[in-house]
Amino acid sequence: MTTSIKNLPDTEQVLSGNGACGGCPATMALRIVGKALGPNAIMLLTPSCSVASMGMTPKLGYNWPGLNICFATAGSSASGVIHALEVMKEKGRLPGELPTVFSWVGDGGTYDIGFQSLSAAAERNDNIIHFCYNNEAYSNTGVQRSGATPRGSFTTTTPTGKSQPKKNMALLMLEHNIPYVATATVAYPGDLYDKVVKAKNTPGMKYIEILAPCYLGWQFDMADTVQMSRMAVRSGAWLLWEAENGNISFNNPTAPIINGKKDAAPVEEYLMKQGRFNRLLKGSDAQQRIAEIQGDIDREIAFMRERAKISI
Amino acid sequence: MKSVTKAYRPISWPMKGAGGDTGSWRTHRPVVNVQLCNQCQLCWVYCPEAVIDRYETNIDYRYCKGCGVCATECPTGAISMQKEE
Repeated sequence: MTTSIKNLPDTEQVLSGNGACGGCPATMALRIVGKALGPNAIMLLTPSCSVASMGMTPKLGYNWPGLNICFATAGSSASGVIHALEVMKEKGRLPGELPTVFSWVGDGGTYDIGFQSLSAAAERNDNIIHFCYNNEAYSNTGVQRSGATPRGSFTTTTPTGKSQPKKNMALLMLEHNIPYVATATVAYPGDLYDKVVKAKNTPGMKYIEILAPCYLGWQFDMADTVQMSRMAVRSGAWLLWEAENGNISFNNPTAPIINGKKDAAPVEEYLMKQGRFNRLLKGSDAQQRIAEIQGDIDREIAFMRERAKISI
Repeated sequence: MKSVTKAYRPISWPMKGAGGDTGSWRTHRPVVNVQLCNQCQLCWVYCPEAVIDRYETNIDYRYCKGCGVCATECPTGAISMQKEE
């Protein structure tokens, strides 16, 4: 059973009046993460929208100690912090509980630029949580293509639509044999909360990826942020799953889609609501483009269904 | 919360309004009709800005950016977006 919204704690780690856009899914997700982690945590931020949203010195929009680090170093910096804390704890210089060390990184800092340090941290199995808030482009610098951008999507560097599919980063992290991997999205806050609490209480490297529909990059109305996140899950474009010690289980509403009890919603409605897709779906090749995108989604669902059957 | 009025230090302290009074960004203002509200707390959980009070459904207009997520997500239609004067 997922935690009900009414049972979420009152803790607020994201403070009002920060510099994020109105309707920003990253701060929306970070609020829920803050409720799960509590104040005893250290935050590491690589260049991303969340750094720009921190606000102006001498004020800070997040109620955690935060370190702004180089783009490629999310994994290595977090490893350094937790190793230092563990040594201090060992020598008795750190009173109280060991703080949770987590990095809050966009898809650029996870999929592309930060991948090698993240992979190395996962291989060392350092006791950190890596959060990737995935808005499927480099939104902070003006929406350029990233490894997370899906096929057929407009970005400023793919004006005729990206011709390659996105990579399945959560699955790549699972293949590092780390104790906990999960995917979540902002439309299901109870599910996200449970996953973060589970990650907090698991020793070792944890990876949580959160789909964050950015209204600016995806080109839809900003009031529809949560709706878009929900439509992504219902159409199968985003799958909600978690893997504890390598055993994958699917969460609602992805579970009935994977089991075949319920068909995923056709992707066309989801695509047509977003400017990044529908501006390229006006010509005579529209049906072919939609079929390609649907093909990617169907392949991903079929692949994850079979992958979940492997449990050793 | 520490005072920031002292000499400049290259360290930031957590406090509200780090991006200024962000309520001035708003073009439409969310208005709550308390009679229709069923206390489901969906607006509170989805508000990216943490400006909605959980139990009283009061909105802090000083920082509300007017994104309209609360109005879209409200199941009873108790929140409406009204144009700023």
